[in-house]
Amino acid sequence: MFEVIFLQFLNGLDKGAAYALIALGLTLVFGTLGVVNFAHGALFMLGAFCAVLFRQLLTMETVTIDPTQLSPWGQPLEVRAPLVQAWFGDFGAVLVNYSVPASIIITIPIMLVVGIALERGIIKHFYKRPHAEQILVTFGLAIVAQEVIKSFFGPNPIPQPMPTDLRGAADIGAWLGMQANVITYPIWRLVYFLFAGVIIGAVFAFLQFTTFGMVVRAGMADRETVGLLGINIDRRFTIMFGLAAVVAGVAGVMYTPLLPPNYHIGMDFLVLSFVVVVVGGMGSLPGAVAAGFLLGILQSFASMTQVKALIPGIDQIIIYLVAVVILLVLPRGLFGRRGVMEA
Amino acid sequence: MTLLKRGLSRRRVLQTGMAGIIGTGIAPMVFTKGAWAQEFCNNPTGDTVTIGLNLPLTGAYAEEGADEQKAYELAIAHLNGEGDGGLISVLTPTALTGKGILGKKVAFVTSDSQTKSDVARAGATRMIERDGAIMITGGSSSGEAIAVQGLCQELGVIFMAGLTHSNDTTGKDKRRYGFRHFFNAYQSGIGLGPILGQEYGTDRRAYHLTADYTWGWTQEESMKAATEALGWQTAEAVRTPLGAADFSQYLTPVLNSGADVLILNHYGNDMVNSLTQAIQFGMRDREANGKTFEIVVPLFSELMAKGAGENIKGIFGTSNWHWNLQDPGSIAFTKSFGAAYGSPPSQAAHTAYVQTLLYADAVERAGTFYPPEVIKALEGHEFDGMGNGRTLYRAEDHQCMKSILVVRGNENPTSEYDVLNVVQEVDREATTYDPAIFGGDLGPAEPVPLCA
Repeated sequence: MFEVIFLQFLNGLDKGAAYALIALGLTLVFGTLGVVNFAHGALFMLGAFCAVLFRQLLTMETVTIDPTQLSPWGQPLEVRAPLVQAWFGDFGAVLVNYSVPASIIITIPIMLVVGIALERGIIKHFYKRPHAEQILVTFGLAIVAQEVIKSFFGPNPIPQPMPTDLRGAADIGAWLGMQANVITYPIWRLVYFLFAGVIIGAVFAFLQFTTFGMVVRAGMADRETVGLLGINIDRRFTIMFGLAAVVAGVAGVMYTPLLPPNYHIGMDFLVLSFVVVVVGGMGSLPGAVAAGFLLGILQSFASMTQVKALIPGIDQIIIYLVAVVILLVLPRGLFGRRGVMEA
Repeated sequence: MTLLKRGLSRRRVLQTGMAGIIGTGIAPMVFTKGAWAQEFCNNPTGDTVTIGLNLPLTGAYAEEGADEQKAYELAIAHLNGEGDGGLISVLTPTALTGKGILGKKVAFVTSDSQTKSDVARAGATRMIERDGAIMITGGSSSGEAIAVQGLCQELGVIFMAGLTHSNDTTGKDKRRYGFRHFFNAYQSGIGLGPILGQEYGTDRRAYHLTADYTWGWTQEESMKAATEALGWQTAEAVRTPLGAADFSQYLTPVLNSGADVLILNHYGNDMVNSLTQAIQFGMRDREANGKTFEIVVPLFSELMAKGAGENIKGIFGTSNWHWNLQDPGSIAFTKSFGAAYGSPPSQAAHTAYVQTLLYADAVERAGTFYPPEVIKALEGHEFDGMGNGRTLYRAEDHQCMKSILVVRGNENPTSEYDVLNVVQEVDREATTYDPAIFGGDLGPAEPVPLCA
């Protein structure tokens, strides 16, 4: 039974890390700019498609038609040769193999530009407007982004293989000195867990230990006073929006081997990340992380057959049930501050 | 008395009266013989007849929907005398002429069902009431098929189901206006059971992950029956939400459940995701109970197999049809589809194409679009040449009785489409079952409701 509970807990941590990472950017934007960004899921999706695009570029092929041979469906046979391998040899093959993590290189600048353009182009005009209008405009942006991606990449999921070295499962039980093959867990999920930890830690460190982060935190606490000190807080907040977009984007990139991305993937995560932010407390970074892990672990345990036998269907409602209970007991969420969204 | 005096006898008056009664009462019945032809939903009056394609172009079964759409458009082109004619020349017997249906050019309207039953029903309603569709076809989910055929029964419009595999579609939820060419979960169990026994032995413990809707339930039930008949035990049967995306929390309990076989009662994107994630959990590299851990996918699709990549290699499942079959019908369809779209057709495309031709053929044989007559033409109709051998559209439940395929993921594919190998063709006699076992009531064909 220990193995079962341990594995489920590990799965909860893994899920929680993903939820926390996705919710982090959402709460970052709310905490700094006061905007409820319903386009955050779309930023996750755009990041995932950066990985798709990168792989498509790396796997470009030259196609020659061989009229002497026919395919079984009666078409002249297409002979394909990979271009990147032809150019770069073994290095090209390694690059294709590691296309998902390597695509982070292009994802960071793309998402930074997308985030800053979004904030400067549209969202800044809605700072003083009611939250309902912010939700509407960002939700509209999300739909536009979805449709653009759909028109370029089609409606179907596009599988993104993980590097061959990171496929399969790690024998965690053996690492811990237990019997082999009792506690095994997919390597890529462990990689994602570590990756999420590094990104979350980096964001916290950035805000905590840099001058830029200190100014941003001061701006989050009292925007007007920071402005009166002659600091251009708006510019810093714009950069924070860009940073949130980057966090969402890289979260999307690394998730692609676990879930082949399609244009709708962001919406699937939006509701979930919004619940995480609300449960954690609007605008609270530690709250988002704590709520992400809490909901991930609860969801994982609720999916156990023993639990489902007691309460059928609990796995499908646990997140929302917990959200209701927490908000009834703690209306501001786990780490919510007084005055946020209470005006 | 005056009239009688002018030569009109009492007898003459009675004769005239009778003639009047006959003239006004009986004659309309004679002259309006066939007038029912004017009194049914969307009776086509112009030069064209419109078919409604209700397709999951987005959602969990979007790939199937896209391929179905190609097949429908190809079938309609062939019915209108365009292209190479496809299976029209291979279907026997046939009343098809290649000049539309009853001389009317076939047109179509489409609706994206989003792989959701309520959206599918709303789309079908719109196509019937607004666009004047005479027949509705499509769908890649049994939830959609059951919802839409219920609607079609209410509106008096024939529904030729696309890919739907639940026993309920032609079982407890069967409808007089609904017809299914595709095979069902029970037939998958009949076909797959013996092969699983032969390959994996009779001492196995199976763990089911099941899509939580009508198809998944009946698939699980059928596979349990088939495997338990072999002597296998069922360790657990766990329901998962349709479109769950991340199945990891359902896969972790499998590892220490004592099971040595995982049966994935999932289809479409769910199948791709759950299978891919199961492989990531190292399930195919495991041993349990001293045996190699195995994964079984009772309902395969080559589109799905393509999406799952090399994860599908060596895995057993069943299929309604496969493009590399070598009968004249399969060869003709694969060639025709390949010429039009540059890739071989999926089983979803095949069933969609065949259903369109069968409807058109039934209308031609009935000589009318009047649904009860078309239904009569389809019920008990036996045909050949469509890729599944001699096939019977059984009158009792509107389920096609034909051969089905046991397939296995290809270990050495020669192309991205060469993902499945046909292991065995299970003949019609073996897959035929008593329609009474699933109950249900077809309901009446008449009186025909008017849709608007």
